[in-house]
Amino acid sequence: MPVQYYIFLSMALFCIGIMGTLIRRNAIIIFMCIELMLNAVNLLMVAFSKMYADSSAQVFVFFNMVVAAAEVSVGLAIIVMMYRKVHSVDINILNRLKH
Amino acid sequence: MGIYEILFWLLTIMAISSALGVILSRNPISSVLFLIVTFFSISGHYILLNAQFLAVVNVIVYAGAIMVLFLFVIMLMNLNADVEPQKGRLLQLAGVIAGGILFLVVLAALKSATVLPLEKASSDIGLIKNLGRTLFTQFVLPFEVSSVLFLSAMIGAIVIGKKEDTNTIPLKGK
Repeated sequence: MPVQYYIFLSMALFCIGIMGTLIRRNAIIIFMCIELMLNAVNLLMVAFSKMYADSSAQVFVFFNMVVAAAEVSVGLAIIVMMYRKVHSVDINILNRLKH
Repeated sequence: MGIYEILFWLLTIMAISSALGVILSRNPISSVLFLIVTFFSISGHYILLNAQFLAVVNVIVYAGAIMVLFLFVIMLMNLNADVEPQKGRLLQLAGVIAGGILFLVVLAALKSATVLPLEKASSDIGLIKNLGRTLFTQFVLPFEVSSVLFLSAMIGAIVIGKKEDTNTIPLKGK
């Protein structure tokens, strides 16, 4: 299986994530689309790791997961806080950045 | 067409269709479940690419921890009624066209890229022994820095999510 197929698969997942970020209004769904984009990048790095027979890229996937976990914890805390303030997760309500 | 190709196409179709399910389903709970299916199929791809340990870590961290966090938040906010207001048709069309054009541009740019063939012999670079050796010899400093990142993320989540009773102004969203 050539590595181009993996490139195209991860590009497809990344672009689906971008489309979801652009067309949805729920902040949690947008957050999940960002996770999808991070996973597409992880898949591409694992494919390149196999292409070069080098395990450094897989270690970078670890660091990517670390950053994703930290981002999810802080971001969900922010979303819960916003929901407590304005009782909605609609980003058209959240775009004022003040109350 | 060997078993490898059959598994590749099966996992690819599963990943892309469930990723489309994430962005197209109205109910946030089913979006989370579709995203879990996507992560499982990506783990299957990791196994096909001889990254066995990463496949296990992906299932545990993403499908186990992060998605459970998302489910908790959605159920805490009681969002499973599909009352989400939609963007206008024009904005949705613009988003789909923008994503599709990005896909076409990168596909056209990478179609003629010269890549090496995937190595057949080295099947043990994804095992925990080699990964651990790489992590603790070449990447010790990023490893320690990531522990500081985790600590700051924990403290940040607690500080942000703390309930402040004194000066909360409840504001109704329209």
